[in-house]
Amino acid sequence: MTTKLFGEPVRRREDARLISGQGRYLDDLGPGALAAAFVRSPHAHARITHIDVDAALEVDGLVAIYTWEDLPAGVCEPLPLLIPHPALTHGRTAYPLARDVVRHVGEPIVMVVAKDRYVAEDVCSLIEVGYEFLKPVVGIEEAVSGAHLVHEDVPGNVGAHLVQEVPSADGRSAAEAIEAAPHTLSFRLDIERSACTPLEGKGVYARWDADDQSLRVYSSTQTSTSVRMALAAKLGLPLPKVEVIAPDVGGGFGVKIVHPWPEEVLVPWAARLLNQEVKWTEDRREHFISSAHERAQVQHVRVGFDDEGRVLGLSVEILHDHGAYTPYGIIVPIITSTQLLGPYRIGAYRVEFSSIYTNTVQVTPYRGAGRPQGVFCMERTMDKIAQHLGRDRADVRAANFIQPDQFPYDQGMIFQDGRPLIYDSGDYPESLRKLKDLIGWDDFPAQREAARAEGRRLGIGLGCYVEGTGVGPYEGGHIQITSDGRVHVSTGLTSQGQGHETVFAQIAATELGVPIERVSVVTGDTRRFGYAVGTFASRAAVMSGNAIALACRKVREKALRVAADALEADPRDLEITDGVVHVVGSPSASIPLATVAVLSNPLRYAFDEEAKRATQFAGAASMDRPPVAEGEEPGLEGKDYYSPIRSTFASGMHAAIVETDPDTAEIRILRYAVVHDCGKMINPMLVEGQIHGGVAQGVGGALYEKMVYDEHGQLLNASFMDFLMPYATEIPHIETDHLETPSPLNPLGIKGAGEAGVIPVSAVIAAAIEDAEGLPIDRMPISPSDLYAIRRTAGN
Amino acid sequence: MFDITLIVNGVPREARVPARRLLSDCLRHDLGLTGTHVGCEHGVCGACTVLLDGEPVRSCLTFAVTVDGHEITTVEGLAGPDRPSPVQRAFAECHGLQCGFCTPGFLCTTTAFLRDNPAPTDEEVLEGISGNLCRCTGYQNIVKSVHRAAELLAEEPT
Repeated sequence: MTTKLFGEPVRRREDARLISGQGRYLDDLGPGALAAAFVRSPHAHARITHIDVDAALEVDGLVAIYTWEDLPAGVCEPLPLLIPHPALTHGRTAYPLARDVVRHVGEPIVMVVAKDRYVAEDVCSLIEVGYEFLKPVVGIEEAVSGAHLVHEDVPGNVGAHLVQEVPSADGRSAAEAIEAAPHTLSFRLDIERSACTPLEGKGVYARWDADDQSLRVYSSTQTSTSVRMALAAKLGLPLPKVEVIAPDVGGGFGVKIVHPWPEEVLVPWAARLLNQEVKWTEDRREHFISSAHERAQVQHVRVGFDDEGRVLGLSVEILHDHGAYTPYGIIVPIITSTQLLGPYRIGAYRVEFSSIYTNTVQVTPYRGAGRPQGVFCMERTMDKIAQHLGRDRADVRAANFIQPDQFPYDQGMIFQDGRPLIYDSGDYPESLRKLKDLIGWDDFPAQREAARAEGRRLGIGLGCYVEGTGVGPYEGGHIQITSDGRVHVSTGLTSQGQGHETVFAQIAATELGVPIERVSVVTGDTRRFGYAVGTFASRAAVMSGNAIALACRKVREKALRVAADALEADPRDLEITDGVVHVVGSPSASIPLATVAVLSNPLRYAFDEEAKRATQFAGAASMDRPPVAEGEEPGLEGKDYYSPIRSTFASGMHAAIVETDPDTAEIRILRYAVVHDCGKMINPMLVEGQIHGGVAQGVGGALYEKMVYDEHGQLLNASFMDFLMPYATEIPHIETDHLETPSPLNPLGIKGAGEAGVIPVSAVIAAAIEDAEGLPIDRMPISPSDLYAIRRTAGN
Repeated sequence: MFDITLIVNGVPREARVPARRLLSDCLRHDLGLTGTHVGCEHGVCGACTVLLDGEPVRSCLTFAVTVDGHEITTVEGLAGPDRPSPVQRAFAECHGLQCGFCTPGFLCTTTAFLRDNPAPTDEEVLEGISGNLCRCTGYQNIVKSVHRAAELLAEEPT
């Protein structure tokens, strides 16, 4: 290969269009489409008594108004419960438009279609909905009391209850191990709600082709293939008559993996019914009150440990607030309860969670997907152990690490993909060594003392995590080399800014030996690739990256075979450089891939000069076998799939130095350091970008962001004015270092990197503040007011 | 309804709009310039930032009728005749964007900022972009992009 592209900081191929305003996001499409808008519940829990549309009917430009009563079979049914689980005994999903009862502020009740969004919203404001109020259930404590129910038929508001227990090597239960341990601690931790809040909200745009009886849907989704299957099923359409395309998507972070959203069903349904294009673009308030949130948990922890700080037994009870509905099952608390173990080898572990209904927006994965809570739990535990024993916090962690020679390491649990939680590779002691060097861990006590002498409060904290990435079941890749020498790559999963067009092109160019300029990549378009799962769980590079590599290898092998025939050479003597197949050591004996593509498709008709080479009288074909030999296909193309035996486990460690103001309790991050191991990096520049973005979201979650519900179930800060997403001024400079421990599970040796940055941040910041203040920090996020209150409670 | 003329990226463009038509909607839906993005519609995120007579404004908080006859520059108008502007090139070079949704706002903001302050300090850069939200990049590479843009602008022939 002439150019090594895998592993290089190749500039993004997406950027040319995105910096010039030529991107195509959902709302940029369909300029002539009708607009949909929704009447949404202003109440958290109520029975709908009547809907009066009379006053709205006179509005000029109104096209249609729909309530649940208007919806046909299929469309009117509850939305799918996407990930069933035996422990989710009381899973409930919403109707696309509320039927009788609304269970959170923002639940859609009426859909309006009009000539534009202004008119559609005018109409919404004139529709009167009558409500009989029901008692809203807000907050985990209120919900578990069971005094009032979110769903009448769900006793105690408990949707799911799951226990996983791993005994110690000598067969003790966690309870026994804790009981017998020299030291024990028990405590409670609280984590509040936050949300993905991509800069672009959701949106869907549908075109019905009456002549073709087919439906084309564009959606700002993380899974176009699954939206397509859901739509075909809901609308009763043959699958080949439905195509779904994710255009440029303005960020996802998890919320757009949920599907089909009510609007994703209703807009295509209406477009077909009306035989007109219909589009809905979510506004910011809608996104806050009708998409999804995450993170809120209460954790009760009991831990037993020895004099070195080694954990002998750990028992965690988690109360997980999943909001009003459970379309995404119990994936988030499953991830919390399994990934809580981090890089540690602990004695006995028992985790129990209850997933609880409240009259709030549903909870589905947000970048990290339950891991930030699990890591908060484990890392707070490590810090408390260290403090109890008077030992160094890094040393306590090191005493518990799984060692490099212990891989594969079986944690004895079932992971979120239904497969064993077995870590494939890692080097945690080395990560810790790098982190301590990067942040200057050992020198910090002197720095802290020096600052204290000046009346300043500094603290340092660290946190470790392991992240299961690249979950199955599979992804695929398709490669076609056309007779102009261009390489067309497609994969079914979607992109929301990760740079897939770049990294997949790097992989294809490297595997095929072609210049990257000749490679184009399409993602998330079911016209190009119909089988896929989606983009979530830091899986895109692992899953589609490997599938594309495997597909390239098939195509390369075929190219060499066809070229060998043409060159009368042995395929084993050939290689491809710069898009040209040539005999090793004999550069003149060569044939461009473009010509190989021509020759690989036996022709009757010459459509251009080059094509003549492949026609039936050109004299190139062997008379001993059919033009397309048995087991062959015409064309220089190939497809393959990557389906891993189980997830691959990336890891990392972060450390921060913070300063807290002794008077105002303001919290400033002075330094932030990251050591990250995602196996072999395809493009280190993009990996760094993912880390930066993740850390920034983590800082938001640690210091600024929370969803504030009042006791009536009103979200009080449903705007960017009040929900404090960090600006550039709030994010510290992030210092990074990398380890590359390859995964043995996939051909490219890679692990996922998308979510990593966010995972340990709350734990790290809590630890640093605790160190600065000398006061326990057991809840996140923490604002200056919160810290001030903690100081006052402590009499400080 | 009002007939208005906006000078958009140097070209007079006519539109017939109701008084309540937001400038962002007018640019995007009446004039087809969809490079200007709308992230919050309440003036906080800065994605919709355009230059009004050279100064950055929130087009989602501006009624189109109020800027009749004025000069508007959108992201589509930043590039030079042959290639992207130094600010645009810097963002691509420094990986200053991921999903790209907030990017047009940052590009317009940065263009005006560096015109007024061609050699900013780190603090000044942070201040200069502190009215724009990005959820993807963590800002580090955006800050780097702004500094790089300043360098590229300094190298431009005047």
